Amino acid sequence: MNAANPTLQSVYPVTGDEGAVREVILAVIVDNEPGVLSRVVGLISARGYNIESLTVAETDMEKHTSRITVVTQGTPAKIEQIKAQLGRLVPVRRVIDVSAESDALERELALVKVVATGEHRLEAMRVSGIFRARALDTTQTSFVFEVTGARDKINAFIELMKPLGLTEVSRTGVLSIRRGVERD
Amino acid sequence: MSSPAAMQSIASEPISKPGAYLLLDALEEQGVEVIFGYPGGAVLPIYDALYERETIRHVLMRHEQGALHAAEGYARSTGKVGVALVTSGPGATNAVTGLADALLDSIPVVCITGQVARPLIGTDAFQECDTTGITRSCTKHNYLVESARSLSGTVHEAFHVARRGRPGPVLIDIPKDIQFETAPYTNRAAASNRNCIVLPEIDHATIEQVVDLMRYARRPVFYTGGGVINAGPAACAALRQLASVTGFPVTSTLMGLGAYPASDPQWLGMLGMHGSFEANNAMHDCDLMIAIGARFDDRVTGRLDAFSPNSRKVHIDIDPSSINKNVAVDIGIVGHAGEVMDAMLAAWAAREAGEPHDSARLAPWWKQLHGWRAKKSFDYAPSKKRIKPQHAIERLYALTRGKDVYVSTEVGQHQMWAAQYFHFDEPNRWMTSGGLGTMGYGLPAALGVQAAHPDALVIDIAGDASVQMTMQEFSAAVQHGLPIKIFILNNAYLGMVRQWQELLHGGRYSHSYSESLPDFVKLAEAFGGLGLRAESPVELDAKIMEMIDSDKPVLFDCVVTQEENVFPMIPSGAAHNEMLFGEVRGDEVSDAGKVLV
Repeated sequence: MNAANPTLQSVYPVTGDEGAVREVILAVIVDNEPGVLSRVVGLISARGYNIESLTVAETDMEKHTSRITVVTQGTPAKIEQIKAQLGRLVPVRRVIDVSAESDALERELALVKVVATGEHRLEAMRVSGIFRARALDTTQTSFVFEVTGARDKINAFIELMKPLGLTEVSRTGVLSIRRGVERD
Repeated sequence: MSSPAAMQSIASEPISKPGAYLLLDALEEQGVEVIFGYPGGAVLPIYDALYERETIRHVLMRHEQGALHAAEGYARSTGKVGVALVTSGPGATNAVTGLADALLDSIPVVCITGQVARPLIGTDAFQECDTTGITRSCTKHNYLVESARSLSGTVHEAFHVARRGRPGPVLIDIPKDIQFETAPYTNRAAASNRNCIVLPEIDHATIEQVVDLMRYARRPVFYTGGGVINAGPAACAALRQLASVTGFPVTSTLMGLGAYPASDPQWLGMLGMHGSFEANNAMHDCDLMIAIGARFDDRVTGRLDAFSPNSRKVHIDIDPSSINKNVAVDIGIVGHAGEVMDAMLAAWAAREAGEPHDSARLAPWWKQLHGWRAKKSFDYAPSKKRIKPQHAIERLYALTRGKDVYVSTEVGQHQMWAAQYFHFDEPNRWMTSGGLGTMGYGLPAALGVQAAHPDALVIDIAGDASVQMTMQEFSAAVQHGLPIKIFILNNAYLGMVRQWQELLHGGRYSHSYSESLPDFVKLAEAFGGLGLRAESPVELDAKIMEMIDSDKPVLFDCVVTQEENVFPMIPSGAAHNEMLFGEVRGDEVSDAGKVLV
């Protein structure tokens, strides 16, 4: 109720949060041990930041490390806070702001179920061709497509499929890696 | 050298022992002398192993929260890691408050909890709870031990994590079957020691920059916190030297009291919501603020957009996430407070050799500081008939001079009066719950302090409401011959709640009056301790002396004026230079300020 009241000041740090909200993709390299995902997720959610997507799997079998890719949003100050807080966790080895470089590679995989007949079914086939989606499962009245790409491409694919009988979507969440020879 | 016997001992597995013994061996190797605990089903094997272990003393508490606070008191007064041992389920959930308290105040504590046997985990077994899940956000790190083989290594890593970087509580959850399972011991040197914070090398260019700012500052101030005390006696010595060579004034947070001697003329007193007029004005008007091991807490900053508007800010902290968290600073230095101050001292001395610092530039600033100090913001109206709480603390302070004194507090008005009127010249002498604000902290914490310093005079300055939250620990003090002195400022109110209701809610004292208080004197006697009561200023000194001279635990019921408020005060939603002094009316706090805590 006091949100619009400019005189309201808190002794708690509710700063005006200067700076534009930007989306950030963080790659968090962690020791693969029980509870580590819960620590990372709990830390972000406990501070009121929403996680937009999350992907995790062990990436180095010898060192037992996993790579957690988190997509979240915040002002530059908030993002610095999240990075510093994540860095404090004992099983966290590194926190990499992949999106700090504008041309980082980003991929996501989606499975999309479309139930349609007649002209809609044909149109769905045509669109899937344009997006280089593969049909993994086909029945007389349905398709399950597999499509990979950046989030924008997948979002566009889903939007196009909606009027054609889209019934279900399953997405992996974002994977991201930097270009070039540098190793994170 | 390479006799066949030696070869064989390298080749063969070391002797295996049950998990309970491995745990105690590891604690012993970590130098643990005292454990504060409470037994129960899931830790029985550990207690059985403890039965014949003479190197480790166990103090039986009366509640697991008390065990954690005692471990905190032990840790804060010694600089070592405090250890608590509790059972599964309710033992662990009772420990949560103490863990959260240690996390907010950066106190190194290792808490060992029992857990139901591995095959029973997740079956809603008797006294089962998801301990690691519940404590994840109130510990620095926690472990569910997976096998006896990894147990001793885990204990070593837990101590490493608890004390390294920014200290904090670490919990180790040990299923009961692992306490019986045998495995070889992993010694401290062989354990994996993962770091939570990798400290960067000290960047000398940055230090030069800071020294540059310091040399040309006209209105500088050191703002120090509990981090200086955590950094050890060497860091406190470096702070004293730094203040001495620069001539800058020093203020400190509630947690940092004692790092800089209160008897020094450069000391401005505590800052923050109930800090001194000179300290808060110095923070507001300074042109260079050097924060060391302090975290710009909301009780310190007040209104953020009016916080020290015209200063350059330097922040030295061991925790990278503290820098720029609440207040944007010009220079942030991640590092150990002592090492950074040593580097600053060296750089200052090097510059001094070239061209001496012009200390005359600080003269107008000191003139202003003295002007603020002349306001005597801690003055109060004395009384000849009734004991004023401020007067009680002043007398307590005066009568304990020359003694080896440690002070703990509960939370509320008495805590602020203790901070204002009891002065500390040495670190590790002041135990208080600053961050979490845990009523009931002081009594068990005092017990932990006394266990570490058997011959010292340990006083818990308490309130009548707070002390009842962990009153049962008085029984532990009697049992273990720990002669703590509980000095209760009894105003028969939840004093700080009452004060806020007076200032913010028009004097509607909703549920803040303590009805049916126990007779503290009889209560002390019922426990087997000594009970004392003072009701008038005339008898106060003699009663305090009686308390000090007693070799028993003492409950001192100091009956004080009921409606005294803590002043000065920065009300919610106000800036440092908008302090309130005595006799204020409710309408001095804005409507917007009333919604704040």
